[in-house]
Amino acid sequence: MKLTLKVWRQNDKNDEGRFVDYIANDVSPDMSFLEMLDVVNIDLVKKGETPIVFDHDCREGICGSCGMMINGRAHGPGRGIATCQLHMRSFSDGDEIIIEPWRANAFPVLKDLMVDRTAFDRIMRAGGYTSAKTGGIPDGNAILVPKPVADEAFDAAACIGCGACVAACPNSSAMLFVAAKVSQLAVLPQGKAESETRVNRMVAQMDEEKFGSCSNTYACEAECPKGISVTHIARLNREYIAAQF
Amino acid sequence: MLNNEHLKKSMTLNSKIPGGPLEKKWSSHKFNMKLVNPANRRKYKIIVVGTGLAGSSVAATLGELGYNVHSFSFHESPRRAHSIAAQGGINAPKNYSNDGDSVYRLFYDTIKGGDYRAREGNVYRLAEVSGSIIDQCVAQGVPFARDYAGYLDNRSFGGAQVARTFYARGQTGQQLLLGAYSALNRQIDAGTVKFYERREMLDLVLVEGKARGIVARNLINGKIESYTADAVVLATGGYGNAFFLSTNAKASNATAIWRAHKKGAFFANPCYTQIHPTCIPVTGEHQSKLTLMSESLRNDGRVWVPKKKGDTRAAKDIPDNERDYYLERLYPSFGNLVPRDVASRRAKEMCDNGYGVGQSKMAVYLDFADAIKRLGRESVFQKYGNLLDMYKQITGEDPYQAPMRIYPAVHYTMGGLWVDYNLMSTIPGLFVLGEANFSDHGANRLGASALMQGLADGYFIAPYTISDYLASNKFAPVKEDRQEFKEAENTVTGTINKLLGIDGKKSVDEFHREYGKVMWDYVGMGRNKAGLQKALKLLPEIRERFWKEVKITGNAHDINTELEKAQRVADFMELGELIAIDALHREESCGGHFREEYQTEEGEAKRNDKRFAYVAAWEFTGKTAKPKLNKEPLNFEEVHPSQRSYK
Repeated sequence: MKLTLKVWRQNDKNDEGRFVDYIANDVSPDMSFLEMLDVVNIDLVKKGETPIVFDHDCREGICGSCGMMINGRAHGPGRGIATCQLHMRSFSDGDEIIIEPWRANAFPVLKDLMVDRTAFDRIMRAGGYTSAKTGGIPDGNAILVPKPVADEAFDAAACIGCGACVAACPNSSAMLFVAAKVSQLAVLPQGKAESETRVNRMVAQMDEEKFGSCSNTYACEAECPKGISVTHIARLNREYIAAQF
Repeated sequence: MLNNEHLKKSMTLNSKIPGGPLEKKWSSHKFNMKLVNPANRRKYKIIVVGTGLAGSSVAATLGELGYNVHSFSFHESPRRAHSIAAQGGINAPKNYSNDGDSVYRLFYDTIKGGDYRAREGNVYRLAEVSGSIIDQCVAQGVPFARDYAGYLDNRSFGGAQVARTFYARGQTGQQLLLGAYSALNRQIDAGTVKFYERREMLDLVLVEGKARGIVARNLINGKIESYTADAVVLATGGYGNAFFLSTNAKASNATAIWRAHKKGAFFANPCYTQIHPTCIPVTGEHQSKLTLMSESLRNDGRVWVPKKKGDTRAAKDIPDNERDYYLERLYPSFGNLVPRDVASRRAKEMCDNGYGVGQSKMAVYLDFADAIKRLGRESVFQKYGNLLDMYKQITGEDPYQAPMRIYPAVHYTMGGLWVDYNLMSTIPGLFVLGEANFSDHGANRLGASALMQGLADGYFIAPYTISDYLASNKFAPVKEDRQEFKEAENTVTGTINKLLGIDGKKSVDEFHREYGKVMWDYVGMGRNKAGLQKALKLLPEIRERFWKEVKITGNAHDINTELEKAQRVADFMELGELIAIDALHREESCGGHFREEYQTEEGEAKRNDKRFAYVAAWEFTGKTAKPKLNKEPLNFEEVHPSQRSYK
């Protein structure tokens, strides 16, 4: 396949940024999207140009490092996948592909397609944990968690922190990300003791990071590579309201 | 070429394994170790490099104890570390399944699985503390698999005949790392741990013979920064990417341990590399990494090849009596659940002999048809859904309809920096944890034991032994403007400038791929003397060309991913040679190290306990081609080394 790429290039936080066209020749349908970019980058280096910078690591959809808007969709076409799991068989010869970084005030562009998502870490530090000290804890089977509850907690805990929910949301809201952690620890008995302070602090930090508000468009759920349901947002809202009284 | 001179004058290393009976060693050692008064702990500064399971858990635990902890990662967030990708599970001898498990059995299975090349004392301690890991993770809110009554569920794994593996669907590593990450976050929030994101450690700094700090590059602005400490912990993972294609993440690298090695830390058993039997096969030249399919799939999936050589029929058209379920045939008692090294070698052998399947013929089938018939599609989905989806996503084929094609790939490295029982390297004050050290898996790691070791080291072992080190030594204050730091900064800057100045014509990736191919062909799954000697001729040639012909664009003062890669690849190109030297010197087969000259009549690894029952700890001498061998003899008091049998 031969493809035309329109790639966002931006030197640093302060640069305005622009689209630059590249031609990708001999693209195999078995390549992953990132492998296609690898090939383009090798050509760029050999021509003496700087390669397109993007975050990536595990390349199997679990580390949450990669993430780009591909033809206007977070992680590109297909559901339930991160960018690294997108394969070129999803495209056809002659296609034009527009590649942009996540766009959100809370995620400043560091370079090209690489953004700063440390706002997510700061939200997690504001209570995304149980205060279990190392040692001094009961046997694993002393805390019973029936399968449906464990499954529900797992569904929320599957979040990879990639930021697609924020990128897909017209308001750049981080509600699905925050809800996933709050919900995981709200349904588990281990998390209940600190549930009030947790939800209050995490929501306050989310607001401080300048994420937008949730207006129930559900774009986050549609683009989440792990298919995390917006019902967790409902649980976050319930937890938050309950914590005010 | 290997020069045998150095084998003669080697020193013996002291593993510092405490005396007394096996089951009392750790508890009596804990009592004998010195403690730091809670009020004094904040005066000690500890650097932890890496935030995977071992790094996050040790930083969190040391912070919780009250030490002044500084945690470093080249990632933007601790949660991106590659522990996140571990799939299958974590072992602990809780005996919840009532199938005869015990600490001693886990110890025994691990020693045997490692082909009698690990220390008894370390392995017993690992088995002993592993139960607490499960409890710890449950308390953190890790959503392990449960039954309807709420009890923890277990599954079985390769190399064991009991069900002792705890799991969270096929994403156990992710859930355990997020648990450790949450513990770390709690300490960052509390102010006991300071986290430095996007910093890559490029040198270790020694002052008066002790590890007293690191030099790191800020990957955003390129600044070379010095950090002082009273102790340094490396939890930076393994070196599988020396082979270019592996199941490791793209950025996983050996730079931190390699540069520490060049500063005096011995490198132990580098040739013990693990090839994982169930990975998705290579599709073409563009391949950037290999994807693992969890070994847990072998619980219900059946491995087979056609009985007829070069059979081109589709899997569904091959009747059952024309299929060779070769693992079940060769190993009736362990069947598809033989250890990884055995399963990998048999797959290679089938393909080498012309029974391979798929277009490349370099694959065997892993078939779920029987499991779907027996358990139902829904139940198979519940257990393995995300793994089967992942396969479909990558290959475009549906594993519910046709069997998966799998082939072995480099996955884990049992070798690493040498450490004593206290997890301290040959450099005082330098501790090495998790996959970065060599300590517990011998020549082969059993499935679901990497997560166990990373968290055992981080939560339950290193916090004690580091306290003992701090309490037993005096530390004169050290500042970043000391000469030792300036010298290290200059070395680092010099290397960076040299790389940028080459301006050759080949990219870093192309060199890495070429190097990895030689490693895989001659230092991979099957090794022999001639092949290793050939590798030792080819590898230095590629390295020399790299330093003359590599092309890196951009500069050193902002984000430059090519420059980052180049430094890592430059280090792999030295380490790769050490792997080959070690493999050539070890004239026996054991676990993941398979020398074709040394095998039993049935094609199993044939150890030579008389000559090689020792840990090979290599010392950097200034010349990559001439490392010095030091030996730590392995003493087996409890378990009598025998020919492993999984029949």
